[in-house]
Amino acid sequence: MQLKKPESILRALAAATCGLFAAAPVAQAQVQTLPRPAQPGQWEVESAILFYSEQDRVTAIEPVVRMKKQLSEDEDIAIKLVVDSLTGSSPSGAVPSTTPQTFTSPSGNQTYNTPANTIPLDPTFLDTRVALTFDWTRPLGAERRIVYTGHASKEYDYTSIGAGATVSQDFNNRNTTLTAGLSYDADQVEPVGGVPLGFATQPAFPGVKTTAGTSENKTVFDVLLGVTQVVNRTTLMQFNYTHGPDSGYLTDPYKLVSVVDAVSGIPLQTIYEKRPEDRARNALYWRTLKAFDRDVLNVSYRYYWDDWGVKGHTVDLRYRRDLGGSYLEPHLRFSQQASAADFYRPFLRAGESTQFASADYRLAKMSTVTAGVKYAIPAKTGEFSARLEYMLQTGEDHPAGAPGQLAGQDLFPDTKAVIVQFSYSFGW
Amino acid sequence: MNPLIIAALLCAALLSSCASERVQPWERDVLARKSMQLDAYPLDTYLDEHIYYSKESATGGQGIGGGGCGCN
Repeated sequence: MQLKKPESILRALAAATCGLFAAAPVAQAQVQTLPRPAQPGQWEVESAILFYSEQDRVTAIEPVVRMKKQLSEDEDIAIKLVVDSLTGSSPSGAVPSTTPQTFTSPSGNQTYNTPANTIPLDPTFLDTRVALTFDWTRPLGAERRIVYTGHASKEYDYTSIGAGATVSQDFNNRNTTLTAGLSYDADQVEPVGGVPLGFATQPAFPGVKTTAGTSENKTVFDVLLGVTQVVNRTTLMQFNYTHGPDSGYLTDPYKLVSVVDAVSGIPLQTIYEKRPEDRARNALYWRTLKAFDRDVLNVSYRYYWDDWGVKGHTVDLRYRRDLGGSYLEPHLRFSQQASAADFYRPFLRAGESTQFASADYRLAKMSTVTAGVKYAIPAKTGEFSARLEYMLQTGEDHPAGAPGQLAGQDLFPDTKAVIVQFSYSFGW
Repeated sequence: MNPLIIAALLCAALLSSCASERVQPWERDVLARKSMQLDAYPLDTYLDEHIYYSKESATGGQGIGGGGCGCN
């Protein structure tokens, strides 16, 4: 028999199930895990604050609030507001040296010193980002829906405006869902002190850097094709392919590359990095949710590759252990960038000629391991949770062929970060 | 892209859909739980994506959009 509106029946069943559980005091905990049937006019509010702190580097505080209003049984709108406040030091890309080094800040108005045998960190990092995101989900018939998205974000030197849409179609009595999405972002960067000319030398203070204007643009497309499959009563599987062509100014205007003596490895000059103006990103993503009684295993794997030469594997594992209403969720994430961007160069040798070069460690061959735990307790109409995680990024400390003094330097110091997040959700 | 990985993922997709049971609407008690939704905690997802977008080159897979920051 073909059901005309299976989702309505589902909601009725869910409501009936909720009612049954509510009537049984011993099963109160289970009520919390069933989604309440959406009622028109109902609001759901989720809020969170993230504290992200790297050892000796960046610290970020990021409060987020997301408010969703149910417009009708199948239609809702959601607005998300994010404020992201960053302070601290970020690796500039320059290499350490056996003698102290002095660099000019991006503004050109001051200098900062790096002690001997220490990776240069730009300490003038300070920014606040405000982002607003809008989602509108509406039905397109009984088994099809569309989500329109829009976002705008602004930080001191960066503006981003974007829009997108994702269509989902259910098949096979809602056991299979096909999803297709498209989004477009138009970004503008206005670097402090102007856009540096790629490969231009950073002048000694009070010299003024050579610029190529005051602002640059970049566009980011994203395409998604996905399948979600109900495998059985307790297992759900998702496959996605995403493709993203980026074009425009993809260089980081604050990152530097050291040009070193080919024999001694001593830095001779510091130049601004330069990246290609196009990049095609691809990702294959698989996720499975599997319930074991009241517990849930959530495992995902992503294979990423792009035409810059970066390839990466990411595995994410979460196990939600039900504690009778509250739950504990250990989390383990392992990400390996198996190959670096073709133009990733931790340093350049004097006299060397190259079309592009960046010493940004994020383009390197490296690994990121994150381990942590989340604990959540039910609140009156929602949930309160806290999570604590530790992140470690490691790479090639001593790349082969580093000349002279560089052979004895740690060219990829570990990045260590602590992540703390508190969340609270409620509805009315 | 390693063709072996593509082949493995395609096989997994085909196997999962072939091996899947046709779950009826009245059998969705477990699948209807919040803990079994693909994005039950969108703020957790957003914050994680934002962290790793800032700290790694590899991105995407879960959804579209995101980014939108200088992330220096």
